Amino acid sequence: MRYHTPTSFQEASRLAAASGGLLRYLAGGTDVLVQMRAGMVQPDELIDLKHIPGVFDISRTADGGWRIGVAVPGRALGAHEALCRDWPGVVEGMNLVGSTQVQGRATLVGNLCNGSPAADSVPGLVAAGATVTVTGPDSSREMPVEAIPTAPGRTALKKGELISAVTLPPRGPRGGDAYLRFIPRTEMDIAVVGAAVNLTLDGDRIATARVALGAVAPTVLLVEEAAKAIIGSTLDDAALDRLAAASSAAAKPISDKRGTVEFRVDVAGVLARRAAQIAYDRAKGTGK
Amino acid sequence: MKKVHVTTNVNGDQVEFLADPRETLLDCLRNHLDLTGTKEGCGTGDCGACSVTLDGTLVCSCLVLGVEAEGKKIETIEGMASDGELHPLQRKFIEHAALQCGFCTPGILVAAKSLLDTNPDPSESEIRFWLAGNLCRCTGYDKIVRAVQDAAAEMRGAA
Repeated sequence: MRYHTPTSFQEASRLAAASGGLLRYLAGGTDVLVQMRAGMVQPDELIDLKHIPGVFDISRTADGGWRIGVAVPGRALGAHEALCRDWPGVVEGMNLVGSTQVQGRATLVGNLCNGSPAADSVPGLVAAGATVTVTGPDSSREMPVEAIPTAPGRTALKKGELISAVTLPPRGPRGGDAYLRFIPRTEMDIAVVGAAVNLTLDGDRIATARVALGAVAPTVLLVEEAAKAIIGSTLDDAALDRLAAASSAAAKPISDKRGTVEFRVDVAGVLARRAAQIAYDRAKGTGK
Repeated sequence: MKKVHVTTNVNGDQVEFLADPRETLLDCLRNHLDLTGTKEGCGTGDCGACSVTLDGTLVCSCLVLGVEAEGKKIETIEGMASDGELHPLQRKFIEHAALQCGFCTPGILVAAKSLLDTNPDPSESEIRFWLAGNLCRCTGYDKIVRAVQDAAAEMRGAA
């Protein structure tokens, strides 16, 4: 295995494009090192991205959004007060990943590119309308987060491409987001179902909304029908019922040791409903 | 496999070693630097027995490569007592019998110290959440939590 420490994303991309063997990028390493240890993955090239300037930065974009470096660990997101005020749902999703030790290393982009349908940080990013910058050997492009995972463990990134930053849109006034997951214990477990809701208000009515579900399909789902179910409403009981029904209808899970199809379908609706209430209260400034 | 020369700081001392790039920081600490206080439990970041701090952040050293330590500051259990004087956490773990076999203890002490460095007065639930990534299979969690609370109180001058 060759260990590389490029100092720009273009250099990392060129290394990757020129590689003939198995390649992995290293940021937090909380998935890659586990796979290497288990013998699942024995990379020929390991490209450490942490020597690239800016990868540990969380910065405001010109339009009032946020740009998050690819090596920013969960713990740094949770410690960033202004980011937590704008996007508490995104941060609480990431902060559910693993232990304190894992939070010291694990990153949003790693969680996304690992490609788990149950990745806790991804529904919040999708609901937020986050994008990622994909750098290739010749150029860069922006892609919505929901376009990255294509199947369990697979992404839409081509050979020589890598993600060089995450961008969150401006929060704007009267917006809120939230992420909830179900696990059978209180900590350190993989989501059986996850739900994220992001919305903005016009008065008491929901002006815009995005709803994302995790662990109920091969990839995290953006559920437009669920968003439509609450847009224009004051999140009254009828709207919440429609949201839950649309979320359950969109869930296409498998049964495994952590939950059955029936359970996951039902809980997708329950969590969407609860997450929407939290997001709504946050948007009104009455929630935490 | 070409080895990489790594210079890093462990417990305040500048050290050097040659690492196979596949070796974890845990392997390098134990096998190249003979710092065997950091234990290998699962090797996959689940148990916390290999906890160290890397530039002040608590991590599992099994999930860090040795080559990543270049130019960093690492604190391990060996750096916890100073001048033969046990750290209050170490003393309180003994007083409260917060260990049985002791294998998880170095990792838990390093993790608990990291907690008290950032939060001198944690609640019981903050302690339990912070230490959720440190497994003790002798099931001594309650005594561990009491020992951390007592050490925190002493360090605050409240005991």
